[in-house]
Amino acid sequence: MTAPAVDGVADVPVVSLRGVRKNFGDLQVLDGIDLDVHAGEAAFVIGPSGSGKSTMLRCVNSLETYQGGQIWVGDYLVGAERKGDRWVEAAPKVTAARRADIGMVFQRFNLFPMMTALDNVVSGMRMVGGVRKQAAERRGMELLDRVGLSARAGFYPSQLSGGQQQRVAIARAIAANPRLVLFDEPTSALDPELVGEVLDVMRDLTREGMTMMVVTHEIAFALEVADSVYFIDHGVVVESGPPSQVIRDPQHARTREFLTRVRNDPHEEP
Amino acid sequence: MPTMTEPSAVSAIRSRLAADSDIQLHKRWSPRILTGAAAAVVVLVVGILAYTVIAGGTLHWDVVLQYFFSGEVIKGVGVTLLLTGVSLVGSAILGSVLATMRVSHNVVLKVIASAYVWFFRGTPVLVQVVFWFNLALFLPRIAGWDTNQLITPMTAALLALLLNVSAFMCEVIRGGLLSVDPGQVEAALSIGMTPRQSLLRIVMPQAIRVILPAAGNLAIDLLKATSLVYVIGTRELLGTVQSISSQTFYVIEMLIVASLWYLLLVSVASFLQARLEAHFGRGAGRQALSRRERLRRRAIAHTEEKVI
Repeated sequence: MTAPAVDGVADVPVVSLRGVRKNFGDLQVLDGIDLDVHAGEAAFVIGPSGSGKSTMLRCVNSLETYQGGQIWVGDYLVGAERKGDRWVEAAPKVTAARRADIGMVFQRFNLFPMMTALDNVVSGMRMVGGVRKQAAERRGMELLDRVGLSARAGFYPSQLSGGQQQRVAIARAIAANPRLVLFDEPTSALDPELVGEVLDVMRDLTREGMTMMVVTHEIAFALEVADSVYFIDHGVVVESGPPSQVIRDPQHARTREFLTRVRNDPHEEP
Repeated sequence: MPTMTEPSAVSAIRSRLAADSDIQLHKRWSPRILTGAAAAVVVLVVGILAYTVIAGGTLHWDVVLQYFFSGEVIKGVGVTLLLTGVSLVGSAILGSVLATMRVSHNVVLKVIASAYVWFFRGTPVLVQVVFWFNLALFLPRIAGWDTNQLITPMTAALLALLLNVSAFMCEVIRGGLLSVDPGQVEAALSIGMTPRQSLLRIVMPQAIRVILPAAGNLAIDLLKATSLVYVIGTRELLGTVQSISSQTFYVIEMLIVASLWYLLLVSVASFLQARLEAHFGRGAGRQALSRRERLRRRAIAHTEEKVI
């Protein structure tokens, strides 16, 4: 399966997983995952709870380690550095610098509670990027404006609704113009009436051509905005392709069964 | 209004109520009389005790006043503060190291830190004070130095208090670190922080909110526990007043001098603790906003609701 080409530079994927395996003790979480995400592509990952999709996403920016296969982001191998003719574990500083170029949005927002919305958004620019306060805050206000929260810049996370917190978290994730943004079930912890405002922001990002990997249970949203959909079960990619195919016309019984179940209960808890 | 299905007695009361629009509610006196009687008894008991002490006791308050500001006692207060301060700062450092060891992934570091906490938290501090003072009995020389020259009443007291409080401080700091949601570290790493940066800039500022109240209590306990070291002849506050009373026989007066000083010091410490906690309480949902800022935010919330 090849994702839709964008600009003709799509031949070098932004993210490329080859035979990725991971286990927690005896439990095989990832059992040989193959996946490619090209520049400008929104790749959606769906699957039952415990299928390994969140773990896979977390491997891409080294929040988890993997035990087999390869994960490439652009030109580097995740978790490793080339030293002469050998691969060695990546130094913490190298891993940190690589992560700075990948945004991540978490299920439970994970905003920094002692910082205002604006300080959260500029935290990466200020503490990692070394951007001057004034420039960072100007860009921070632009980002808050993009997610419709410029009036809330001085608010602390505890004073914001779940949907607002997640929008701030998205602004924080895209602040450093990352080459890729990872979404780990961004709407699963939200009250149903707050899901829409977060999906609106994500829809805008796909329109702007942001490269994204999205783990989600929002099947209707995936059908609407995804460029490609991967159905993962028991640590393997069961089926993948454009959403019109995987969601509208699934070829595998497991995919069909999962989609029926999720449609009956769209807020299946992980 | 009464409906047809209601019992007739109830509707009768209701219709009467409706007629009298102003209801006068009468007070119930029995609970007030009971609590009033209890208060009278307590006042009586306290009064009798106070009278017994003041009228019958032979306390020389002039002596209390005289020694409260005497140079000797002030010097003792200084030593108490020195013992408290050095032990506190030292235990913050040693406790942080121990806490880091306990939450590390290295089994050896974990076991050694746990054993330390187990030992120093599990034996009475008075035993530890006497032990360090008598160190020379089983360790006559330390790295070529004469132990008896190294271990003075002051160094033994410092050693005992510092090592003991560090065990408690380790647990307080560890509790603070564990109280921070692991998602905070993940978020910090995801924006490109190194593990060290995320610990110092994201985890510690949040952990400190949990650490401060417990550490403050520890500091107050420590301030009072310094009095234990008078048994090895350290001339801190209690040791000083004890030696004065053994010469002047104003035993109770001198204990009152010491108690008043301890109360004063603990009150100041409590005040400082409250100020520190308020300072680190930012973003916890109870930070004090100015009235103007509150009004501004309410106005924003109001207009946003209208738009939606």
